[in-house]
Amino acid sequence: MANMLGTELCLGLPGGGGGNEVDSSPRTTGKRGFSDTVDLKLNLRAKETDMDLNKNLDNGSEEKPVSAKDPAKPPAKAQMVGWPPVRSYRKNFMANKSTGEESEKASSVAFVKVSMDGAPYLRKVDLKMYKSYQELSDALAKMFSSFTMSNYGSQGMIDFMNESKLMDLLNSSDYVPSYEDKDGDWMLVGDVPWQMFVDSCKRLRIMKGLEAIGLAPRAMEKCKSRA
Amino acid sequence: MRKKIMYSFPDEVLEHVFSFIQSDKDRNAVSVVCKSWCEIERWCRRKVFIGNCYAVSPRMVIKRFPEVRSIELKGKPHFADFNLVPDGWGGYVLPWIVEMAGAYPWLEEIRLKRMVVTDESLELIAKSFKNFKVLVLFSCEGFSTDGLAAIAAGCKNLRELDLRESEVDDLSGHWLRHFPETCTSLLSLNISCLGSDEVSVSALERLVGRCPNLKSLRLNRGVTVDKIANILHRAPQLVDFGTGSYSAELRPDVLLNLAGAFSCCKELKSLSGFWDVVPAYLPALYSVCSRLTSLNLSYATIQNPEIIKLVSNCPNLQRLLVLDYIEDSGLEALASSCKDLQELRVFPSDPFGAEPHVSLTEQGLVAVSLGCPKLQSVLYFCRRMTNAALVTIAQNSPNFTRFRLCIIEPKTADYLTLEPLDVGFGAIVEHCKDLRRLSLSGLLTDRVFEYIGTYAKKLEMLSVAFAGDSDLGLHHVLSGCESLRKLEIRDCPFGDKALLANAAKLETMRSLWMSSCTVSFGACKLIGLKMPRLNVEVIDETEPPDSRPESCPVEKLYIYRSVSGPRFDMPPFVWTMDEERKVMH
Repeated sequence: MANMLGTELCLGLPGGGGGNEVDSSPRTTGKRGFSDTVDLKLNLRAKETDMDLNKNLDNGSEEKPVSAKDPAKPPAKAQMVGWPPVRSYRKNFMANKSTGEESEKASSVAFVKVSMDGAPYLRKVDLKMYKSYQELSDALAKMFSSFTMSNYGSQGMIDFMNESKLMDLLNSSDYVPSYEDKDGDWMLVGDVPWQMFVDSCKRLRIMKGLEAIGLAPRAMEKCKSRA
Repeated sequence: MRKKIMYSFPDEVLEHVFSFIQSDKDRNAVSVVCKSWCEIERWCRRKVFIGNCYAVSPRMVIKRFPEVRSIELKGKPHFADFNLVPDGWGGYVLPWIVEMAGAYPWLEEIRLKRMVVTDESLELIAKSFKNFKVLVLFSCEGFSTDGLAAIAAGCKNLRELDLRESEVDDLSGHWLRHFPETCTSLLSLNISCLGSDEVSVSALERLVGRCPNLKSLRLNRGVTVDKIANILHRAPQLVDFGTGSYSAELRPDVLLNLAGAFSCCKELKSLSGFWDVVPAYLPALYSVCSRLTSLNLSYATIQNPEIIKLVSNCPNLQRLLVLDYIEDSGLEALASSCKDLQELRVFPSDPFGAEPHVSLTEQGLVAVSLGCPKLQSVLYFCRRMTNAALVTIAQNSPNFTRFRLCIIEPKTADYLTLEPLDVGFGAIVEHCKDLRRLSLSGLLTDRVFEYIGTYAKKLEMLSVAFAGDSDLGLHHVLSGCESLRKLEIRDCPFGDKALLANAAKLETMRSLWMSSCTVSFGACKLIGLKMPRLNVEVIDETEPPDSRPESCPVEKLYIYRSVSGPRFDMPPFVWTMDEERKVMH
């Protein structure tokens, strides 16, 4: 079978092609993120925090290869980008159904627009693809590569109770993510538990820390009133 | 003597003859007969279709065809529909509008698909083309209701405004008021994609009321069922109607009014919309069912027996779009009631669920293929399939022109024999000699591609995902499919060998998309170097591809033929070859 290719006109790739091996995770071969410019290290203080994060990263990131041997019981797996090939507006429409039995699966996708000050175009992300602020932060960092995300607190949330820490963050020239919630208010990302954030976030905007200062007092207020 | 008579037709006569030739293919054929025909033809070509906006520059088009009245442009690759093409990739229409504003002051029609359209572009259109009539924005994005207001206000002779499946930024619901009271020319208005709060119903009613030639009206979800009757009463001549949200608290008077309004629409042949449908309002439709040729229930979360009841009352149905709630039983009913059915699309109600919760299987499709002899076009999402079913379908329906099967779980084998589905799809391409479009799914080896390369001689578009074993698969397709224009592949073990061996084939195609395959950056560079009439674009959102060894696979690859060289509007995550054979972006 391989002879067929041998007799064809070939442009002769230098070094020979290695294209026949099935690479089960082609997207991640030799990838080195922009980790030099984007500091996403968390302050890993407690051991349990470590384990939590590792678990999140394991579950969230890789596409698990699907077993074809037992088609009757497909394993639960992470969602792949663009599969099945259903348009976003269909997915979103399905997610907005209000029939009772479907309410668990009612919001299987949550596409929101992400704008970054100074960037020439918007992006869109599906918040359901991520399990934590850290994962979202990683994904946003990749999308907006010149974007520097400030350190989060140990649990991936900005420590709203510590005013001085918050003010330091906002006074820096780092970029800070903000979001528009269900009430139409613009809040700093990280002020609520992750799931609550996913349910209430309508839109994301990545702004310079200095500009986000205007948001902080209201964010602190809302946070304190919940505490 | 005889020869001279052949050349003695004056240009005007030839031009008149050519005016009867509408199809692009025929026009292109005419233009290569001889130089004088080429010259005459180019001056009288009124309609231009450009399948890839980067294949040619606006200036080149304008130079060759100076008197165009209608233009159609397509931008992003098809996989952009499934979020595989990052935002900012390209497909901007503004440069085209700018050039055409100067060159085609009499432009009447612009049709765009998968392009980025800004409010600035829309404002420029409204300002520049005095006789502008038709604007179709199919799956476009980047504009807001402000741009629409400009079109409404500025285009005095607007006939068609169709925003199907586009993404529009909601800024204000009042843009409809910008249609002047003197506007009576609308034939078609499709605003189904607008968000809930964006339409002023009273403005809509007045607009509809003063456009006696309105044939097609598709409302958005924000218009509730109780408003429909008033609108329909103002437009009983409608042929195509898209409801808004087909939902409201059930009130007998609303239902009666609605039924009355529908029954006045004697020309109505096509229905769509039906968001949030409340089944109790469905009987209002029964009076039009017998005339319906097209029905789109793909947003209607109704189940059986309502679906069966509806389709069984539509004996003239030619086109049905529906959710998998129709189940096999509904498809069997369809097969026995709708003998004229030509197109069927079944969408998944729960695409991400691990377990099926509806009983829609290969049996439903088999039933339809058996019962509907005119069936030509299928899009079918399901969770299981067998080779036997596919063979039966192929034998029942040799007239398929489009066959797209999506088995939701990748690499799903024949559930009875546990074999790959090569033989089944092989039967499809073998029996359906006029097949132009095919989408594959399920467990597939290189064998299926051998069948495709051997039999699918009229195939123009092929979509492949999670299939094949080696480069041989890709090689079969590229070397065998003579009519292939568009090939899109994701997550397949196809690499350099097949691509390099068939590089010349790529110049005969519109485009090739490959993502999550094993094509190396080195191979991309080589193709870019050797084939100057191809644009080779490498998309990588994590880091520049030349920061890794050349043998590393690229994330995404898009190759298309072009006569205008590399484009200049690429975002940072797209790399291509420039004239100096360097990697650039």
